[in-house]
Amino acid sequence: MKLSPPTSVADSFSSIVEDDDLDFNLRDGSRVAVVGGGPAGSFFSYFLLKMANAIDLDIEVDIFEPRAFQYCGPAGCNHCGGIVSESLVQILATEGIVLPERVVQRGVESYVVHMDVGDVSIESPVHEQRIAALYRGNGPREGGDAPLESFDGYLQGMATDSGANVVRKLITDVESRGGLPYLKFADGQAESYDLVAVAAGVNSNFINMLDDLTSEFEPPKTTRGYICEFKSTEKEIHRILGKSVHVFLLDIPRFEFAAIIPKGQFATVVMVGDDLDQELVHAFLNDPVVRRTFPTDTTPCVCSCSPLINLGARKRPYADRVVMIGDSGITRLYKDGIGAAFRTGKAAATTAVFHGVSKKDFEKHYWPTCRNIVNDNRVGKVMFATNAIMKNSRLTRRAMLGMASKEQAKDGAKPHMSSLLWNMFTGSAPYVEMFRGTLHPGFIYNLLLSVSGSLWPKSNKKQIKRKVA
Amino acid sequence: MVRGALGKVYKDGEDIIQQGKTGDSMYVVQGGRVEVVQKSEDGVEQHLAFLEAGDFFGEMAVFEKEVRSATVRAAGKARVLKIDKKALLTRIREDPLLAVNLLKTMSHRIRYLNAEISRHKETHL
Ligand SMILES: Cc1cc2nc3c(=O)[nH]c(=O)nc-3n(C[C@H](O)[C@H](O)[C@H](O)COP(=O)(O)OP(=O)(O)OC[C@H]3O[C@@H](n4cnc5c(N)ncnc54)[C@H](O)[C@@H]3O)c2cc1C
Repeated sequence: MKLSPPTSVADSFSSIVEDDDLDFNLRDGSRVAVVGGGPAGSFFSYFLLKMANAIDLDIEVDIFEPRAFQYCGPAGCNHCGGIVSESLVQILATEGIVLPERVVQRGVESYVVHMDVGDVSIESPVHEQRIAALYRGNGPREGGDAPLESFDGYLQGMATDSGANVVRKLITDVESRGGLPYLKFADGQAESYDLVAVAAGVNSNFINMLDDLTSEFEPPKTTRGYICEFKSTEKEIHRILGKSVHVFLLDIPRFEFAAIIPKGQFATVVMVGDDLDQELVHAFLNDPVVRRTFPTDTTPCVCSCSPLINLGARKRPYADRVVMIGDSGITRLYKDGIGAAFRTGKAAATTAVFHGVSKKDFEKHYWPTCRNIVNDNRVGKVMFATNAIMKNSRLTRRAMLGMASKEQAKDGAKPHMSSLLWNMFTGSAPYVEMFRGTLHPGFIYNLLLSVSGSLWPKSNKKQIKRKVA
Repeated sequence: MVRGALGKVYKDGEDIIQQGKTGDSMYVVQGGRVEVVQKSEDGVEQHLAFLEAGDFFGEMAVFEKEVRSATVRAAGKARVLKIDKKALLTRIREDPLLAVNLLKTMSHRIRYLNAEISRHKETHL
């Protein structure tokens, strides 16, 4: 008979540590604070309460959010282009979350790519409206009469319907006392929680205040974007922009990316780039390609802002009893930030309910979701760098346009370039998947063909004519 | 229909999926109402259910490669969103809990069918 090995001192010690870990489980009566009631905070609270309810765990969730999303303009808005990606629309539907018509300002059916060498419209692969253009708050500053409802307000409603309390207070500081996080309010009061989810985005000073909870966290790197809302009539916006998002690949110095998004009686202009300033915004709006698509003389700008964009967190977004979600933690590079808020918010909630709230628990069960995003962003950087090179050469712009136009015109043609552009602009697919698409022999062959066609567009035709003759 | 509509609009009576046909997508009703009907072997069409916003159908195609077991058509103007099988399964791999909502509905349907079968047996005894 074999004897079981004697229990070592180390084993006994580790069992104590394991038992000690139990203190990191949420129990009946546990209190969870969510700092920030944007998409990440609301998704987190909604799933936390839904899952806790499923296993009969009775917890209290306080969402701290000073912004009231029913206000028009900056007071009620978490500044963003307001595109909910195709993949997130589908995931939400699968979760049983249907975005109401009063929240979605425009169902998007296609993306039109504008270049100096021509335009191409890329239709949704399934020919249906699976992308939502919406407002995060209650619309632009002068949107009082527009029939809108805030997206962030709608998500917050889902969280409160599940049992979360919304506290209209700004958190001014946070500290650790006896192993518990304490949140501090403007009036000097402080409250302790069993878990703090940081969902304050990147446009707030709060993420610079976490040193006391974890020395290992560094705020994400950021860059500025620019958003401007133009007002006209619904009919006119529909006439100019239709049901499409319009994106621009232009060779203007320092210009990286811009899109114009129709939303009822408004159109949102979004610009992203490392070196954005007023001069570049003017150069863009006055570029002949932009003017022929969207003449801004008759449509005044009624609201504008320059919010920060998360360009990547440097360290792991968690510690004992603290987890960073959405933009405060890890998000997707340039695209689908709301989708990333959903993914990280839900993953953090799942970890907290089913595994615990220690650093070890988040490392094991939350980090894999973040790691997938981080790894995918690495590929995304390569894709954006390649796109910048292609966009800056007239030859490759022509080749991209030629290839995509041919695919769109021919029924049944394999949409190599169209899929790439669609996924790149809509942010629906992981960057890894897009990259794989570019390695497909069909993509490479057709691109080379298109490049050579763009090199000798006229002489080619002459050659063919001569041959025929 | 209004500008903020997601999905595709189907006319009253238009088929969205057809019994006996293959398919690899699931659908979620976004607005309006759809009717689920099934043809028996003798060709008689039987009403099974009405589905409304938030309800889904065609989910079996995501998990098995069988032909559609029923026809679903718009009852009045309806708006329906198509869910790609590949995208859904990829997401379920990262987040298995995404399947819970599907399982919940499928389990409701089994419960409903069981009740229907017992009712049927009772009336034929
Ligand atoms: C120019 C631009 C365009 C974009 N376009 C898109 C797009 O089209 N689609 C897309 O998916 N993503 C887009 N994004 C990214 C998207 O905006 C973010 O990824 C998303 O908002 C992240 O959600 P969040 O909940 O993490 O943070 P946020 O939306 O920033 O929410 C943070 C919340 O925390 C609150 N808060 C902050 N500090 C405190 C405090 N101390 N106490 C209490 N509350 C606090 C704030 O009031 C706010 O409500 C864009 C970003 C930029 C900059």
